[in-house]
Amino acid sequence: MTTTTRVNPPTGIAGIAAPSARKPSARSRVGRGLGYLVLAVAAAAVMLPFFWMLLSSLKANNDVFAIPIQWIPKTWHWNNYVHIWDKAAMGTWLENTLILAVAVTVLQVLTGSFAAYGFSRIRFPGRDLLFFLYVATIAVPWQAYMIPQFILFSKLSLSDSRWSIIALQAFGAFGVFLMRQYYQSIPEELNESARIDGMSEYGIYRKIMLPLSMPAIASLSLITFVTTWNDYLGPLIYLRSPNLWTIQLGLQTFISQYNADYALIMTGSVLSVLPIAIIFMLGQRYFVQGIATTGLKG
Amino acid sequence: MTTTALRSPSRSRAHKRRRLVVRNIVVGWSFLLPNFLGFAVLTLVPVVALFYLSFTDWNIFGHANWIGLANFRRLVHDDSFRIAVENTIYYTAFHVPLTLAVSLGLALLLNRKMRGVAFFRTAAFFPYVTSIVAIAVVWNMMLSPEKGPVNHLLNVIGISHPPGWSTSTTWSMPTIIIVGTWREMGYFMLLFLAGLQTIPPELHDAARVDGASAWQRFRKVTLPYLRPTTFFVTVILTIWSLKVFDLILVMTNGGPGQSTLVLSQYIYKTGFENSEFGYASAVSVALFFICIFITAIQFYVNRRRNR
Repeated sequence: MTTTTRVNPPTGIAGIAAPSARKPSARSRVGRGLGYLVLAVAAAAVMLPFFWMLLSSLKANNDVFAIPIQWIPKTWHWNNYVHIWDKAAMGTWLENTLILAVAVTVLQVLTGSFAAYGFSRIRFPGRDLLFFLYVATIAVPWQAYMIPQFILFSKLSLSDSRWSIIALQAFGAFGVFLMRQYYQSIPEELNESARIDGMSEYGIYRKIMLPLSMPAIASLSLITFVTTWNDYLGPLIYLRSPNLWTIQLGLQTFISQYNADYALIMTGSVLSVLPIAIIFMLGQRYFVQGIATTGLKG
Repeated sequence: MTTTALRSPSRSRAHKRRRLVVRNIVVGWSFLLPNFLGFAVLTLVPVVALFYLSFTDWNIFGHANWIGLANFRRLVHDDSFRIAVENTIYYTAFHVPLTLAVSLGLALLLNRKMRGVAFFRTAAFFPYVTSIVAIAVVWNMMLSPEKGPVNHLLNVIGISHPPGWSTSTTWSMPTIIIVGTWREMGYFMLLFLAGLQTIPPELHDAARVDGASAWQRFRKVTLPYLRPTTFFVTVILTIWSLKVFDLILVMTNGGPGQSTLVLSQYIYKTGFENSEFGYASAVSVALFFICIFITAIQFYVNRRRNR
C-alpha cells in the first residue's frame, strides 16, 4: 500500500552489495547457531503437550502422574486403544463427525466458489456493497448472534438434528472470501476469450475457473473440514441427543464422566486428533497457501 | 424525422447496453444466490433480530414483550456483566500484544534459510488445527498444581511455591492467555511469513551496505513493509480475543469463582442455561458494539498513520 514510499533504496549500490553481504563471517555463524537454538527450544515447547498426550495414552493409569515424572511408559499399554472403544461410543462419535464434516465441506466449496465467481467476474449494481457486507460479518463474532440464531433454528425445527450444524457451517463468508481472492489472481482475458467463443458464464465457471482454482479448492476443503471436525460450540448448543454427538462433544462428556481415568482420556484425545493430524500432514501445503491467500489482501 | 434516423443507432446501442446490464444482474445473482440465501437467512436475519430481541423479555416460555430499555438498565447494575467485560478486556490486552510479538518473532526466525524450517512451520501450526477439547484437557493435566509435570519441573529448578494455574483465581486468566497464545501463534506466524515474503531482498542488502544494524533494518525496512499485514493481524486477533469462549469453556468454565468469566460465556450462561433470551441478547448487543467500536478505532488509527 502506501508504505512502500517510506523506503528509498539506493538501487545502484544494492547490486554490488549482494555478494559481499553473503560471505559467512564468525558473527553470522554465531547468529545462525543462536537461531537454531531458539528454533529447537520453540519446537520443543510447541510439541511437548502432544508428546505428553501420546505417551500418557500408552501408560497405566497410575503412571500418568507418577512422581518422579516418567516420560517413557514403564510398560506400554497398547490395550488402552482397544479398551476405549468399549467404554465410550467412539465409533458413533467419529462417524457423526465425519458425516457432518464431509457434508459441510462439499456445500461450502460448491456454494462458496459459485458465489465467488459472481463476485469476481460479473459486474452488476450493488455487487461491491454486498461483498462488503460479507466481509463485514467477519468482524461480528458468531457469539454475538448465537441467541437469535438458536431461536430461529428452533422455529425451523432444525435444532437437535444434523441439519443445524450443516446449516450453521456451510454458508460462511470465509469460503466466498477465500475463493474470490484466488479468482482475482486468474487473468480476466481467459473469461473474455471464452465469452467470445460463445461459452456461457456457467460453462466458464465449470470448464475454466474450477479446474484452474483446484489449489484454492483444496485449501478451502481442508480448512473447512478441520474447522467442522473441531467445532465444539455448535454441537454443544444444537446437538442434544447422544446418538448425534460429535467426537468433541463425546470426548468432553467422557472427560467429565471418567475424570480420573487419565490414561484413557489421553487415549480418547489422541484418537480425536489423529484424523486431523494425518490430513494436516498430507495437505499442509494447502493449509499454508489458504491462510496466506486470505491474509495478504485483508 | 431526420433526427430519429440519426438517433436510432445510439438508441439501439443503449438498448443493448441495458439488456447486458439486466443479463449481468440475473446471471450475477444466480451465482450468488445459493450461498446468499443461506447467508442471509442464517446470519443476516439473526443479526437484525438480535437488536429487536434485546428490547424484549423473551424467556423460556417464548413470549416476547417489548420492555424498552429495561434490559440495558439491568446491564448497568449487573456485577457479573461488569466482571465479564473486565475479564474480556484483561484477556485481550495481554493476549493481543503477546501473540503479535511471538508470531512475528517466529516468522522472522523462519524467514531465514535454515535447515528444519519447513518442519517447524508445520509444528507451530499444528496446535491451531487441534481440537480445543483435547488441548484443554492435556494442558489442564500438565498444569495440574499438585501432580502435573510443569509444576514438578518448577519444583526441581527451585521454585518451591509454583502457581496453581487454572485452579487459582489469580493465575487462571494468565493460564488461559498462555494456552491461547500457544494455540494461535502458528496461524498468525503464517500470515506474517506471507507478509515478509513480499519484502524485496535488495532493500535489506542496501540497508546493510549503508551500515544499518540488524535492529535498524528491522525498524526501518521490515516493519514499514509489514504494516498492512500487521494491521490485518491486529484486527483479526483483537476480534478473536474479544469473542474468546470455547477455550475458557473447556479449560476453566469461567472459574474458579468468576475469575475467567468472559462476555461470550456470560451470553451463553444467561441465554442457554437460564433461558433469558432477551437479556442475553442485550449482552450480545454490548459485545457486538465493543467489537465494532474497537475495530473502527483500529481502522481510524491505521488511516491516520498511512497519511
